[in-house]
Amino acid sequence: MAVTAHAAFKRLFNEVGTVDQVGVEERVAKYTTRSIKKHAKLWGLKAAVSMVDLTTLEGKDTPGKVASLCQKALCPHDDPTIPQVAAVCVYPSMVKHARRALGEDTAVRIASVATAFPSGQAPLRTRLAEVKAAVADGADEIDMVINRGAFLAGEFQLVQDEIVAVRDACGAATLKVILEVSELETFDNIRGASFLAMRVLRAGDFIKTSTGKTSLNATLGNNQVMIEAIRDFYLETGTAIAMKPAGGIRSAKQALQFLTAVKETLGDEWLNNTRYRFGASSLLNDLLRQLEKERTGAYQAPYYFSEAAESY
Amino acid sequence: MPTLNDKKRPASRATGRPAPELIFGDLWEFDPAPETADPRLKARYDLFIGGKFVAPASGKYFDSLNPANETKLAEIAHANAADVDAAYAAAKKAFDTTWGKMPGKERAKYIYRLARLLQDRAREFAVAETMDGGKPIKESRDFDVPMAAAHFFYHAGWADKLDYVAPGRKVAPLGVVGQVIPWNFPLLMLAWKIAPALAMGNTIVIKPAETTSVTALKFAEIIQDAGLPPGTVNIVTGFGGTGAAVMGHPTAAKVAFTGSTEVGKIIMRSLAGTDKKMTMELGGKAANIVFDDAPLDQAVEGIVNGIFFNQGHVCCAGSRLLVHEPVAAAVLAKLKTRIRTLRVGDPLDKNTDIGAINSREQLKKIESLVAAGVKEGATLFQPACKLPTKGYYFRPTVFSGVSMSHRIAREEIFGPVLSVLTFRTLDEAVEKANNTAYGLSAGVWTDKGSRILKMSTELKAGVVWANTYNKFDPTSPFGGYKESGFGREGGRQGLLDYCKLV
Repeated sequence: MAVTAHAAFKRLFNEVGTVDQVGVEERVAKYTTRSIKKHAKLWGLKAAVSMVDLTTLEGKDTPGKVASLCQKALCPHDDPTIPQVAAVCVYPSMVKHARRALGEDTAVRIASVATAFPSGQAPLRTRLAEVKAAVADGADEIDMVINRGAFLAGEFQLVQDEIVAVRDACGAATLKVILEVSELETFDNIRGASFLAMRVLRAGDFIKTSTGKTSLNATLGNNQVMIEAIRDFYLETGTAIAMKPAGGIRSAKQALQFLTAVKETLGDEWLNNTRYRFGASSLLNDLLRQLEKERTGAYQAPYYFSEAAESY
Repeated sequence: MPTLNDKKRPASRATGRPAPELIFGDLWEFDPAPETADPRLKARYDLFIGGKFVAPASGKYFDSLNPANETKLAEIAHANAADVDAAYAAAKKAFDTTWGKMPGKERAKYIYRLARLLQDRAREFAVAETMDGGKPIKESRDFDVPMAAAHFFYHAGWADKLDYVAPGRKVAPLGVVGQVIPWNFPLLMLAWKIAPALAMGNTIVIKPAETTSVTALKFAEIIQDAGLPPGTVNIVTGFGGTGAAVMGHPTAAKVAFTGSTEVGKIIMRSLAGTDKKMTMELGGKAANIVFDDAPLDQAVEGIVNGIFFNQGHVCCAGSRLLVHEPVAAAVLAKLKTRIRTLRVGDPLDKNTDIGAINSREQLKKIESLVAAGVKEGATLFQPACKLPTKGYYFRPTVFSGVSMSHRIAREEIFGPVLSVLTFRTLDEAVEKANNTAYGLSAGVWTDKGSRILKMSTELKAGVVWANTYNKFDPTSPFGGYKESGFGREGGRQGLLDYCKLV
């Protein structure tokens, strides 16, 4: 068993190549020194707003909470030049409430974390049933978690088969595959898992860093490893996979650094919300705070833009 | 000789689809982000002799240009032999009466003060360095100035511990040392030269390069502010004739030179038969060697850093890329993609990756060598970036299909020009890497630790970087093999080149 797992990893790394952690950290540190001013800053902040998957994933979520989140998604700010967010992201039981709040005729999409999120530790048929139920309730996008236990055991076929099963259960819904990078631990594993997922995804489906439920979530480093994987896969196959870093991106400054990474790694075609998303909640208000600062030249009083996502 | 032709993708050929391309366009164009700190430049800089700014004996001055826009930055004094004499006399006096007699722990205080004062004025110096030399502000701000300060801090720490620098032996200063430094890292090279000399108790006559004298003369203000005894450090400016006078002066107990191998040889010839000590840090044509098991994206980043750092005006630049044949096509494709996102332009813009070429003369030299590369049949790649209309700029350039006999594989270009060669076996890589008159530095990229150790033994280069490139530290000795010079700078070894054992 151990020998086959070892062989499986060797084979995978031979196919997709390895990653040097020190080199990646050095590369992404350069994004943080980019100086983004004036029009470029405005453009970046608005693009980031349009890429937000406004998220609430708590045991205490209620239809009321989801409805107010949806209202925020539809109209983040009074300023009409500020776009709507890309999607709201909720648990499957909240999809129908989100659909009711958003209505049928809306550009804001409903994403739902199905497949026994965040652990994924439920029988496959239960996970698939959850996906189908969420889609039936009106979800446009499904965020699934991969089977990390299987991945770490070298059972890559099982990992891919489960992704395929979920993909088929999605029907027309977009699929986002959460690698849960903190549980994969190494950049080599993150690159390997990205390729395993991408090989069975459709153009326009996403790979996503994390659930937001573990200690380490999206960082510039693991974002870089994943977008480089997307770039290499695109140049090899022509299939454009989208990317969603999630968890840990709370400030507008961070969001601009992530977008700089996209600009300099994947280029212009990924700088829109069909190819890049932020899984976040408190990020939105910081983006709005910075946009208002750019408009008025001064920071607003802190109570204008709450830092607590609960208060949307 | 194998060539690196781009592989056609079988998939796209079969279906007739165009090959997938990434678009690095103007969808999200960054606004200009100029660094605005005041460089506090004077209109005219005199010579710094005996702790004072003094006019040159000849009364002559020359213009220092900003290579980014060809405007005049300041007037610099042109020192002649009489000025150099005066500088050596001041240095001799300081050695005999003040600095040379001072206990190490007292010297340390002065050197610490130089380091701290430089840190205090870091942004000002960074802007001045960028305007004078053309390097991107992010490099002068994040590398040149902090590293210069680090060298003073490090050597200040040695000044009172010199009894331990050569175990079992005592050391003594040499006397007056003459130093000539190049234009690629003006302030940092000044720090590399004067910090160890000061720590050891020597006094100094130093000549910066004619195109980049400004930060050295600004540093003279710091020397005044730190209260160094007059004559401890003397700065004379001018052209080659001034440099020859500094190197050949009879008072100099030792000379240290950093610059081209050609000039280094002239200096060595002129000093033959004298009892002067010498250290030479000369040219390079480093091999950056990528094996097939290397993490390719990080290797590409290291290749870019190795050759495009400071527009390639780096003696240890990784100007020859030796890439293992199985990954040659992949590395070249990744490299081209990466180069398309480099930002070439105004050095003062905080987002600029590649700034201006230091001088018109250097630009012409780069252009002629690149033309030679094309003529000899190598394949040229340059990204389609816009260049400013004024100033000296050159696009990042990659030559593939280069063989060892090409001029671009043998001569130091000292510009943003990379020559890509391939190899099949480790022995072939070593042979090609060592088949050069130079031996300053090399890079090795592989996942295999044993291979790194083997390569670092086999490569005849003063520095071998493994899975990184262009990393510097004051504690680490730097210097060359063969025609890249002799003597070391930095670390304990660097100090030993500024003392005699007694």
